[in-house]
Formats: sequence, structure tokens, C-alpha cells
Amino acid sequence: MSRTRFTRRLPAAVAAAGLALAVAACGGESSTSSQGTTAAQADELKPNADLTQQELQITVWDGYTPKELPQKVKEKLKVKDMRITLHATNEEAMTKLTAPGDSGIDVAFVSGQYAQALNEQGLLEPIHPELIPNLANLYPEATQLAYDKGNKYSVPYTWGTTGICYRTDLVKDEEVPKSWNAILKPPAWADKKVTMMTTERWLALPALKSLGYSVNTDDDKEIAKARELLLAAKPHLLKYDDTTFGDLLKSGEAVMVEAWDGWCPTSEKNIKFALPKEGSDLWVDTMVIMKSSKNKEAAHALINFILDPEIHSWAAENINYKVPNKAAMERVQVPEGSLLGIKPAELLNGEVIVDLGPSSTKYTRLSSEVTQS
Amino acid sequence: MKSEVKTRPASRSIGRRLGAFVLLSPGLTYLVVLLLVPLALVLSYTVFRRGRFGGVVYEFTTENFARLVDPLYLDVLGGSLKIAALTTVLALLLGYPTAYLIAQLPRKWKTVALVAVVLPFWTNFIIRIYAWIILLSGPGLVNSVLGTELELLYKESTIVVGLLYSYLPLMVLPLYAAIERLDPQLREASANLGASGFTTFRKVTLPLTLPGVLTGSMFVFVPSFGNFVIPELLGGSKTLMAGNVIRNEFLKARDWPFASTVTLALIAVLVVLLLAQAWAARRA
Repeated sequence: MSRTRFTRRLPAAVAAAGLALAVAACGGESSTSSQGTTAAQADELKPNADLTQQELQITVWDGYTPKELPQKVKEKLKVKDMRITLHATNEEAMTKLTAPGDSGIDVAFVSGQYAQALNEQGLLEPIHPELIPNLANLYPEATQLAYDKGNKYSVPYTWGTTGICYRTDLVKDEEVPKSWNAILKPPAWADKKVTMMTTERWLALPALKSLGYSVNTDDDKEIAKARELLLAAKPHLLKYDDTTFGDLLKSGEAVMVEAWDGWCPTSEKNIKFALPKEGSDLWVDTMVIMKSSKNKEAAHALINFILDPEIHSWAAENINYKVPNKAAMERVQVPEGSLLGIKPAELLNGEVIVDLGPSSTKYTRLSSEVTQS
Repeated sequence: MKSEVKTRPASRSIGRRLGAFVLLSPGLTYLVVLLLVPLALVLSYTVFRRGRFGGVVYEFTTENFARLVDPLYLDVLGGSLKIAALTTVLALLLGYPTAYLIAQLPRKWKTVALVAVVLPFWTNFIIRIYAWIILLSGPGLVNSVLGTELELLYKESTIVVGLLYSYLPLMVLPLYAAIERLDPQLREASANLGASGFTTFRKVTLPLTLPGVLTGSMFVFVPSFGNFVIPELLGGSKTLMAGNVIRNEFLKARDWPFASTVTLALIAVLVVLLLAQAWAARRA
């Protein structure tokens, strides 16, 4: 009798405990997004602060900064300690940085539109240019980026664009990849041999640009037009692909693919990259300083250190990303045909993707509708 | 003396219960902390608004459920049901004869056959799915051996092939257990009473192995229904299944409440099916 009561009551008790914990967790968290959307006021920082009393924690994509960076920073800047945590995606970084309480992060690497969103939440410390003399190394173009004109709260680290990566030997006419129609309305010889990206904003990009719209449009009619075009293109695609398009080109399964420039394997003799004439995007990965940081002087010193041509050129030389640092790029040996050769002026033809706030769900829906059909 | 006789059974049963509790508690803690708490969190998210960067804003809303009945997502759920059901039926058609034959084998060969059935599980799931890509791709093994240019990959039917391949062993094993347990004398008796082989199968074997059929079907249906890796790798992301919606909403769109609502819908469908299975198994 007592046994049956015990076993019967147990699931209920367990469920109650689970719910209680869930509710407790709910109560503990406060909503960050319902707070005001004004940018934070600048703190007063001391240029001569004693960095030996400060320590740094940064969050960055794996392999995006030199391995020996913490050691060099400790030697050169004399900070007490420097630790690196990793994130796989912008989304993961945002979860970490917007969680209630102090994330403990001083400097974060996120893409431009995410820096913009963080700033709108009042989570970023404005950049104090007087503490970062190396800002002078940046291309003038790199201070005019739509998500943060004048680099008020972010400093660009790498930049690039999206275009069409193609096989020179399998493409019958090299004029074709110079337009987004190459993958939206592929010619017969490329039928089912083209791929498009599946991440929402980049799924929409070729259609929006080919229709002459902004990549940041939130107009329902324009998005509907883009949907029509994407649905018409779907039967002619090999697949949607964000990660293996380079391999598909190498094996010859695909002849033209939508690709981020840094991901196009132009080191192969027969693979080239084209910037479509209808225009494209300009993406920027940035460094930002968190408002919650207790080591803001050291954070500025770190960004200044990274903007040093010798350090910043590492990204171009080792991970094949263009850096918006004129002095750094001048140090880099650009091989023939390498995408590192794309000029800042050409990049600036691209439209900077900005955060769309609540309208971003329109793009989620668009990509669901296109892939579901 | 009298009092001793009275108290001993009581204390023994308390001790036994305590022992059972100690033995149970690691598993129980594991389930509560890693299953029930997250599940309760997911369920609680369904009635709140999305935070702009993921997470939730604790304002009550029913809009997630309103979105769920949008034809777009109903289509996704319907499509996933169709693919999972087709996979289950095919697995049953392939799995039943296989299990039946294995059960008839001599003891030594039975073990060999069963090991062969579970052998694929010794290799990582993703690697096995990539192997299918190598087999089926345009310049892949099948096309190069046949000298053809067939389009085998990145289609809805490829998803079914992948799911069927992945979960067939989960159909064969419970079926084998059910068929193996069957007393051969029942079939002999049926034959002695004049039933044909087919009648014996229909009236004796099948009804008695029905619990195995139901268990195997659930084992195949449940993971097929929620799968998101196979539609992406073998379907080329051209087909959206319920699992893909959940993943995309959680990770790409950062809409935790809606992702939780789709999760709840998925769980609801599966609970209904499990109840139906339990009911059918009791009747069988």
C-alpha cells in the first residue's frame, strides 16, 4: 500500500520540483530586451591607468586571432592576465553577452550588425579614440560603415563580401558568374549545378540584389517579390549549402556557388571569385568593449595592440581574411588572383547588412517558406 | 520476543525501500536535472515573447500557438509525419522478414546475424550519413559503377532512404525478440488443425508478435519524425522537417519561445502515438 503510494506520488513530486526550478529560473532572469534602447554614456577613463592591476577576458571565434596573442599582450601591455573564451556563432556570443549579470567579458568579437544591436541595448562602452592611436592605420573607408559610422562603439577587425565562386573550366561563359542570375536562373549547362546559402539574410541576398532592392529591406512587397524569384530558382539548385560549397566546386558537383569571399578556395587553379554587377553585401567583424568591463583601459590598449600592422596582418596572412587596416595590408604579399586583392573601394560598393530588429522575423519566415515548398 | 517479531518485517521493508532509493537516486537525479527541468523550461517558454537575441521576455502571450497553426508550419508537421510514416512502413516491410529469418537460424548464426544488424551503430552516425553522400552524389560511387548520371542525392526520397538505413536495426531487434519468444508448437498446432502457412501467419504469428511490431514502429517513427541532420545532409536543405524548424528557430532566428512551441507540438504528437501504442499493445 505504502509502496504504491510512493511510486505514484513520485512522478508528481518530480514534476513539481521541475516546475518550481523552472519558475525560479524564470524569476531570476530579467528581460534585457525590454530595457531602453539608448546607447550608453562614455565612462571617464584614465590614459595612464596601471594596467598591471587589470586583466582581460575576450570572446572570439576559434582560430580568429593568433594563438600567441595572450602571451604577447601580457608581455607588451603588462596586464595581469588575459584569457580567451570561444564562440562558434554570433548568436552564441549574443546569448553570452546579453545574459543577465556580468558576463566577465571585456572585449567581444562580433559582426557589425550585432555590434549595432548590442549598442542599442546600452551594453557597449563607447570607443575612446584618444586611447587607440592605431585607429589611424584604418582605411578611411573603414570609418564609414553603415552599422556604426565613425566607429563610435566598434572597431572593425576583418571585412569581406559575398559573391559567386566558380569553376573556370566548367563554366561555359565567364560573363555568367558576374550576375546573380547565374544562380537564380542558371543556364542549361549549369542546371542543378549551382548552390545557394541557407542562412536567412544570405538566402535572400541574390534575389534582393537582382531585383535592385536593399539587402536590409523590410518592405513586405519587396520580400514577396524576392520569395517568388527564390521559389522559381529552387528546382534548378543542386542544394542549399553554407559550409561545403567549396568542396562541391572542387569535386565538380557544382560549377557556381554563392560564397563568402574568404571561403572561396581560390588557391585552386581553376576556381575564381566574381562580384556580381547588381551589387552585394559588405560584412564586417568588429571588436567591441563591454559596458560591464572593469578593465576598460586595458581593453582599449588591447584593441590598439591588435591594430598594430604587425599583429593585424596576421589575419590576412594566416586565415585569408581582408583586414580594414591600410598599414597592415601594405605588409601583406597578395598572391595573384587572391581575394585579398579586392580593394576597399570595391568592397564599399557592397551594402552593409544591418540589424533589422523585429523585422528580422520576416527573413526567418522567408527562408522557411522557400525551403519548405 | 513478541515485539521483536512484530518490528522485524517493518524495519526490513524500510531498509529495502531505503536501499531501492539509494540505488535509484543517481538515475533519478539525472532524469530530473537533465530531462524534466529542461523540459519544464521549454514548456514554460511557449507562453512568453522572444527576446531579441534569444532568451525570452517574460510577458504572457498566446501568439506562439497562433503561429503554430499557420499553414506553413502545419505543412512542415504534415510533411514530417508523412516522411516518418513512410520510413516506418518500409522499415516494417523490410524488418519483419529479416527478423523472422534470423529467429529461424541455428544458434551460432543467430548471434552472427544480430551482430551484423547492430554493427552500423559502432560507427558514428554522421560519418555513416556522409558515406551515403559519397555513394549517391553526382560523381559518386553508384553513378560511376553504373556509368550513369542519375540524380540520387538531395531529394525527399533520399531523406527516406537515409532514415530507413539509420533506424532499420531499431525495427529488427524488437521484432526479433518477439518472434524468438514465440512457441514453435503454436505454429505446429495451427498447421495440425489444417491452417495454411499464410493463415497461421495471419492468425497466430502476427497477432502474437504485434507488441514487437508496435515497439519497433515507435523506435523508427520517433527519431525519424524529429530528425534534422538527414534532411540537411541528404536532402540538401531542400525539405524542411519539424526538427529543422526547431533548430532554425532556436539557433538561427533566436526565437526560443516559438521553437519551444514547435517542440511541444512534436512531443504532443509523440505522446498521442505512445498512448495509442500502449493501448494497442494491451489489446493485442
